[in-house]
Amino acid sequence: MPRHVAFILDGNRRWAKRAGLTTSQGHEAGAKRLIDIAELCFELGVHTVSAFAFSTENWGRDKIEIDNLMSLIQHYRNKSNIKFFHRSEVRVSVIGNKTKIPESLLKEIHEIEEATKGYKNKHLIMAVDYSGKFDIMHACKSLVKKSEKGLIREEDVDEALIERELLTNCSDFPSPDLMIRTSGEQRISNFFLWQLAYTELFFSPVFWPDFDKDKLLEALASYQSRERRFGCRV
Amino acid sequence: MAELPGQIRRMSGGISQLIEQIYGFSRRCLFRVISMGPIPSHLAFIMDGNRRYAKKHGLEDGSGHKAGFSALMSMLQYCYELGIKYVTIYAFSIDNFRRQPEEVQSLMDLMLEKIKSLLEKESIVHQYGIRVYFIGNLALLNDQVRAAAEKVMKATAKNSRVVLLICIAYNSTNEIVQAVKKSCINTSDNMEAYGNDKHEDRDSDIEGTDMENQEKRIQLVDIEENMQMSVAPNPDILIRSSGETRLSNFLLWQTGNTQLCSPASLWPEIGLRHLLWAVLNFQRNNSYLEKRKKQL
Repeated sequence: MPRHVAFILDGNRRWAKRAGLTTSQGHEAGAKRLIDIAELCFELGVHTVSAFAFSTENWGRDKIEIDNLMSLIQHYRNKSNIKFFHRSEVRVSVIGNKTKIPESLLKEIHEIEEATKGYKNKHLIMAVDYSGKFDIMHACKSLVKKSEKGLIREEDVDEALIERELLTNCSDFPSPDLMIRTSGEQRISNFFLWQLAYTELFFSPVFWPDFDKDKLLEALASYQSRERRFGCRV
Repeated sequence: MAELPGQIRRMSGGISQLIEQIYGFSRRCLFRVISMGPIPSHLAFIMDGNRRYAKKHGLEDGSGHKAGFSALMSMLQYCYELGIKYVTIYAFSIDNFRRQPEEVQSLMDLMLEKIKSLLEKESIVHQYGIRVYFIGNLALLNDQVRAAAEKVMKATAKNSRVVLLICIAYNSTNEIVQAVKKSCINTSDNMEAYGNDKHEDRDSDIEGTDMENQEKRIQLVDIEENMQMSVAPNPDILIRSSGETRLSNFLLWQTGNTQLCSPASLWPEIGLRHLLWAVLNFQRNNSYLEKRKKQL
C-alpha cells in the first residue's frame, strides 16, 4: 500500500457542465469527493493524502470562480468535516503561497492546523495557491538566507538539504508513492515537481466528482502491480 | 546457372531499396499533412525497456541496448523530418551508476562507441546539421567518455538547424542543486562587487549587505538561467516507453506542463506510430491549452 497518495482534482467544471449544474456545484461535489476518498485511503492504510486544490495559475480564472473556490476551502472547516478530522485523528496541513489568500480564510486555516497538529498517523495535505516551481524557489531562498547567516556553507547545499526546505517538510513522507490525476489530462500542471521524481503516476479518464471507491481501488491495484526500480535493477 | 543466385540477390536488394524509398516518400507525405497542424518544438524520450527486450528475445544483455540505439536513430530521423527542433533523451541516470559494475561498464563502452560515431561523416549529426549537448554531471563520467562528449559538443557548436540533448550522468534534482549553487555564487559575486564599493572591511562569511536585496536577486529567472537544460525550451511531449508511468527524476523542473505519454512497447520496439500518436494527441490538446494559457 502506498504511504503517500497525491491527487490532482481535475474535472469539476466539466463534470458540472455534463450534469447541467453550475461550476460552483461542480467544485462542491469535488470537495465532498475529496473527503470521501481521503477517508477511504486512510481506512486502507495510507498515511498521507495530498491534494492539489488550487494552483497558482488558477488565479487567472474569473472572480466568481475564485470566490467559489475560496468558499470551498471554507467548506473544509464546516462542522461535519471538523468532526471527521478529530474522530479519525487526521492532521490537516495547508501548503502553498498563502499571500493572496484572504486574511479571514488564513486565520481559519491556521486554526484547523493548530487543532489537528497532534495527530501522527494520518495526514491530509491541501495544496492551495501552490506551484511546484514556487516550492523549489522558496526552498532555495531559504537556503540562501541560511548561508547568509553562516548557518550552512554553500558547498553543503545538496538534494537532501533542499528537500528539507520544501513545503512538504511538514510531512514524514514528502514524496508521494502514487499520484492520481483525473479527467484524462496527462500532465503534472506544476503540482509537485521535485517530490514526484520517483512517483508512480496514474491517469484516470473520469472527472474528479465521479472518482469513487472502484476507481481508487483500480489505481491502487495498478500501483501494486508496478515494479519500482529507482534506476537500479531489482 | 551460377549467375542466378547473384542476380536474385541483386534483384531482391534492388526491390528492398525500392520499398524503402516508397516507404520514405509516403512517410514524408504523411508528415507534410500532419505539419498543417501545430508541431511540438521539443520532444523528450525516456528510453526504457532495452534489458527486457533482450530477455524477451533471448539475447544477451548488451544486445538490448544496441537494438535500443537503432530505434533511437530511427526516432531522431522521424522527429527531425517532421520538423521538431529539439529532442532530449535520457541516456544514463546518476541512479544507474548503482547497477552492477559490469552493466555500467558495458553501457559506458557502448556510449563511448556511439558518441565517437556521431563525429563520422555519415552520421545523423551531419545529415541533419544537429547541434549536440551533453547534459548532466559530466565529472561523474570516466575521462574517455567525457572527452568524447566534449569533442562532439565543440564540433557541433556551429550547427543550428536542430538540437539533440543527451542527458548522461543526469538527474533532475542534481540539475536543480547545481543551478542553485551557481545562482548563489553569481549572487555573492554580485554582492562582492557591490560591497567593494560600499565597505572597507567585511566579514568573509557574511556578505555584509542587506538580505532583502539578496533575496530579490534569487528570482525564478536566475535558477532557470543556470539550469543546464536552459539551452532548450520546455518539452511539449515526454514519451516513456515500456509502459512505466513515472518520471524517474528526469526533467522535473521542465515538465510542469508537458504532455506525458507512456506506450506499452519496449524501447527497441518503438516506432513511427508512437510518434504519430503522441503528436496527434498534442495537436488535439493544443487548442484547449492555448485557451487556458489565455486565461492566465
